[in-house]
Amino acid sequence: MKEMIRIASGQGFWGDLQRAPVDQVRNGPIDYLVMDYLAEVTMSILQKQRKKDPALGYARDFIPLMDEILPTVMAKGIRVITNGGGVNPIACSEAVLALARKHGIPGVRVGVVLGDDILPSLDALLAQGHELRHMETGEPLRSIRDRVQSANVYFGAGPIVEALRQGANIVITGRTTDTGLTLAPMMAEFGWQPDDWNRLAAGTIAGHILECGAQASGGNFSADWEHVPDLARVGFPIAEAHPNGEVVITKHLGTGGRVSRQTVTEQLVYEIGDPRQYITPDCVADFSSIHLEEVGPDRVRVFGITGAPSTEFYKVSASFSDGYTAIGTLTYSWPDALAKAQKADEILRTRLKDLGLTYEEIHSEFLGFNSSHGPLSPLPVEANEIVLRIGVRDHRFDAVERFGRELAPLILTGPPSVTGFAGGRPKPAEVVSYWPALLPKTAVQPRVQILES
Amino acid sequence: MRVRLLDLCHARSGDKGDTANIGLIARKPEYFPLIVREITAERVRNHFAGIVRGSVERYELPNLGALNFVLHEALGGGGTLSLRNDAQGKTLAAALLRMELDVDKDLLLK
Repeated sequence: MKEMIRIASGQGFWGDLQRAPVDQVRNGPIDYLVMDYLAEVTMSILQKQRKKDPALGYARDFIPLMDEILPTVMAKGIRVITNGGGVNPIACSEAVLALARKHGIPGVRVGVVLGDDILPSLDALLAQGHELRHMETGEPLRSIRDRVQSANVYFGAGPIVEALRQGANIVITGRTTDTGLTLAPMMAEFGWQPDDWNRLAAGTIAGHILECGAQASGGNFSADWEHVPDLARVGFPIAEAHPNGEVVITKHLGTGGRVSRQTVTEQLVYEIGDPRQYITPDCVADFSSIHLEEVGPDRVRVFGITGAPSTEFYKVSASFSDGYTAIGTLTYSWPDALAKAQKADEILRTRLKDLGLTYEEIHSEFLGFNSSHGPLSPLPVEANEIVLRIGVRDHRFDAVERFGRELAPLILTGPPSVTGFAGGRPKPAEVVSYWPALLPKTAVQPRVQILES
Repeated sequence: MRVRLLDLCHARSGDKGDTANIGLIARKPEYFPLIVREITAERVRNHFAGIVRGSVERYELPNLGALNFVLHEALGGGGTLSLRNDAQGKTLAAALLRMELDVDKDLLLK
C-alpha cells in the first residue's frame, strides 16, 4: 500500500479556469486529478442537448482538455476522475477513447459509471410506489411529472472505487457527489471498507475542501483578500491523503494563492447545513470533529475526523420546466442617478399596470446601491451612476415577452442621462426548477463498465 | 466600544435552493466566545429583516472558531426562480459583517 496519495482538484464547476487542470498535471507530482462539472441545472441542459444529438449530453469542455493532457497523464500514471459524463457518460468515454487513438496511446482504460439517470425509469419507479416527494414541501413528484426534464440519483464513491479496482485510468460518471470523486481514490488505494465511517468521513471532508477548486486556496477569500499573493496564477488545492484518514491540504510550489487555516475554514463552512450531519451516500460526516493545523507554508493538516453510518437513501435531483423570466437593465448617470432610476422603475410599473399586466413576481434592484444587501444598504451620497435592474417571472410566456417590450421605450419616454441598452430587449428565458427527493438505495443499482482503446 | 462584525470575523455564504448559509469565522480564538454570546440566530434574523422571510438556525463549530447560520426563504425563490442579481446569496456573508456590536476595548487589544 502507498503511504500517501496526492489528489488534485482541477475544476470547481463547469466553466472554471481552463488552465487549472493542465497546471495540476504539469506543475508538480499528483496521483489523481478530480473534476466536478455538474451543477443542479446542468443536467437539464445536458438532457436537452442529448435530445437534439444522441452523441451529446456530457461536459464537452472535458474533451479538448483531455486532448491536451491525455499523453501526460498516461505517461505519468495520473488517473482522472470526473462527473463530466453528465447524462451520456458512454458518449463522453467514447470521445476520450477516440483521443487515445488519435494520440496513438494504447491501453487507455475508461471506467464508466452508469445507472444514475432515472429519467427513463421514472414512471416505473412511481408505479412501484416511490413518490419522490419534494424534500422541503413534501409534494409528490407526480404533480410536476409532465414537466420533468431530468432526474438523477446522486451516487457516492462506491462505483468509482469499483472502476479504479478494475484498472481504469480515467473514470467518467454521470451524477456523482462532488465529495465521492475525492473519497473514491482513498478507498481504492488504502482498502478502506464501506463501513469504516471515520475514514470515509475524513475522505468526504477532504472532498468538500477540494470540490470548489480555488475557493480553498485563496479565491473568494474574505479575511484579507487584498494580501492573497498572485491570484492570477492561483494554484488549485491538492489533498495529500494518508491511510489513517489524515490529509494535508496544499498546492503546487510556485503557484499563486494561499492555503492556510483561514482559507480552508472558509471552504469548510461553504454550503453546509447542520455541520454534525453532513449527509452523503457514503457516510454522515461530523464537521465538529475536524481539527486543522498549519504544518508549513501553504500546508494545512486535517485530522481527527469522525463519521456515522450512511442513510438508506440516495438523494434524487430532478429538474422541471417552471415558467419564464425576463430581466433587463438601464444605466442612469449623475446628477441624481438613483432618483432617475427609481422614477424609471415607477413609470415602467405604472405602464405595466395600465396594460393590465400583473406577474407572479416583479423585482427591481438598483445596482450601485442595494442589489447585494437590500434594506441594509446605506443611501449613496452622490452616486455617479446607478443601474436599474428589473425582472419579472410568470408561467405565461406572452406576459413575460410583453414586459421585454416596455423597457427600451424608457430611453426616450423617461428620465434623462440613460444608457446601456446595447443588449436589446430582454427575452423570456425558461425557468428550470429543481426538485430534490429521496429514493431507497435498493431501488437503483450503479453499473460499472470498462471501455478500452 | 462599537465595532463592526467585519473587524472580528470573516465569512463565506452560499445557497441550497431558497436556503442560504453563512459561515461566520472568528479572526482570533479570543473572539469566538463573544460571537457565540452576541450573534444569536434571532439577532441575525432581525438583521436580515426584509431579505430573509423564513427562520434562521445557528450551529456552533468551536473546533473551527465558527458559527454556521442557515437562513430559510432567503433568496427570492432561489436558484433559477430568483430575480435577484445575487440569486445565490454570495454577498450575504458581507451583509452579515456589516452588523455593529459593542465590545470590551481590552478584547481588541489582546
